[in-house]
Amino acid sequence: MGYTYDLEMKIRPACREMPPYPPKYITLATGEKMVAREVRKEELPLILEVIEPLIKVPEDYYDIVAVRFYAEVLSMIRHRIVDEYLFVGAIDSEVATIVNGRMVNDDLGMSLHTITVKRGLRCGALMFASKMEYHMEYLNQKEIYLVAESPIGFRRFMVEWQLEPRFEERHELGGVPTYVMTRKCYFDAKPRLLAGVRPVPEDLLAKNYNLTLPKEYPQLPRWHR
Amino acid sequence: MRKVGVVGIGHTVFGNLRDYELIDILAYASLDAMRDAGIDGGIDQVIVGNMASGMFNHQIGIETALVSNLNLEPAMAEAVGNGPASGGSAFKVGYMAIASGLVDVVLVVGGEQMRAVTGWEATDIVASLEHPKVEYPYGLTLPAFSGMFARAYMEKYGLTERQLFILAVKNHNNAAKNPFAHIQLPVTLEAISDTPDSIIINPYIAEPMRMYHLCPVSDGAAAAILCAMDIADRFKKKPVRVAGVGSATDTYCPHNRADLLDLKAVRLAAERAYKMAGIGPKDISFAELHDPFAILELCEAEAVGLFEKGKAMKAMERGETQVDGRLPINASGGLKAKGHPVGATGMSQIHELVKQLRGEAEEGRQVKNPKYGLAVNFGGFGSNVAATILAKE
Repeated sequence: MGYTYDLEMKIRPACREMPPYPPKYITLATGEKMVAREVRKEELPLILEVIEPLIKVPEDYYDIVAVRFYAEVLSMIRHRIVDEYLFVGAIDSEVATIVNGRMVNDDLGMSLHTITVKRGLRCGALMFASKMEYHMEYLNQKEIYLVAESPIGFRRFMVEWQLEPRFEERHELGGVPTYVMTRKCYFDAKPRLLAGVRPVPEDLLAKNYNLTLPKEYPQLPRWHR
Repeated sequence: MRKVGVVGIGHTVFGNLRDYELIDILAYASLDAMRDAGIDGGIDQVIVGNMASGMFNHQIGIETALVSNLNLEPAMAEAVGNGPASGGSAFKVGYMAIASGLVDVVLVVGGEQMRAVTGWEATDIVASLEHPKVEYPYGLTLPAFSGMFARAYMEKYGLTERQLFILAVKNHNNAAKNPFAHIQLPVTLEAISDTPDSIIINPYIAEPMRMYHLCPVSDGAAAAILCAMDIADRFKKKPVRVAGVGSATDTYCPHNRADLLDLKAVRLAAERAYKMAGIGPKDISFAELHDPFAILELCEAEAVGLFEKGKAMKAMERGETQVDGRLPINASGGLKAKGHPVGATGMSQIHELVKQLRGEAEEGRQVKNPKYGLAVNFGGFGSNVAATILAKE
């Protein structure tokens, strides 16, 4: 055990204590309340289960996003990524959207992925805005690097937020064109794109304390859990 | 003129069908209609309503391609284009072909595949129906037109944004029960209008019009089999009679109209259809009105005489236009929530009229004891309109 443990400790990154993201809720057009909150460590295996069915869905690039997201969550579980966070948008405890990102240093954030199971209500866009909020208002970073892996993502992130193209920078997801969320981009767009009410009423928070898996995926019409 | 009836209807789902070819979408709806009519051929003429396949799909001659796809040669085939009213106009031409005695059986199908391009490109393509020198170059899109029109209506009649939301909620709730609808999510008034987040989840698109006041960009098709009433007994389903058809035009540019809020072409198209049917607005049991923008449902309802000017909103608030109300409007969800694949819309309205008159609408959407259904298909910004009245035999 000693030898393996020693090696493991050499490999494992030292994560910093990141500030908490206070939960909030967003009233969707259907009247449903989506609670946006951090995913607890013990919930990470369930998040893997949420992602797994999407790994072979080529439409809208779910496959690429899902397989990369899966690896990032697995990396959190097995300590192979540093300073990563993961937020969930849950409706009646059921996972609707997940987003993640990483703190590169005090000034720079790395937005990683957004996956939306429940479609048609802008859940993904709303949770994307939440992770931008975390970087800018809780981590107080100067910039966030982003890339889009799907045209939908490009519209939701690069266009809606009017991000700054900076193709010479390298995002961690590879050599795809990098866009940058500056503090100006964020605060200019925040009034029209960032939603959420705090604090979350106790009963609503309690209702969403234990996450549950999506019962169905619109991306997989005949799939049922 | 010979009497004409509808003996078969077909419909694809509306939504994102970009994995299919336009011809496949048209063929699906056509085959659905033929199946409904109990035929697999014997069609004399095919008429396709389509607005802009040349721009959306870089494909023209779709009427010929469809006939070939369906193995219906040597049927006659033509395409009819009238902007977003292409479907309604195609139906009228199909009616005329039979009524004149030229043919006995016609397949009319309307369809569009708008999501072959991006949402911005789709908005741009639709805007190309505007005047190329005095409207389009100034960035005037159809949603922008709706914003200006809604503002004028609000100032004249005191309509509020919130009242328009009540209308949107009604149509979304109807669409939630319609298996063909693009958006099958019921929405709540509180969520889209009253909560602190409502301005984020329901942003302004063209003030005062917000996202839930506007239709989505959709793909889809709808079809009908028309025949001369004297041969209707050859088909599986009992015919629904075409009681009246009418169309009319108004100035190409709305700014040339004496009164912007007077939808003259809507009024005249409906009057022509009423006259042909030998009925008036009070005889209409339910209506499908062209509402890519919520404001138009109200204005059209008033223009066709279902309500007095400025009174449709109050009637709607009283629940009169709900499915179980005195005069249901857009029980399908309307373009607002069912979707608006431009060339398909007019035929989708016909599909809904037939379905309702047959008593085949889904639970919660079926209008009670309908006798006459009215459809209004609105081309341009009210510059070329088709109205149709179908009657239960």
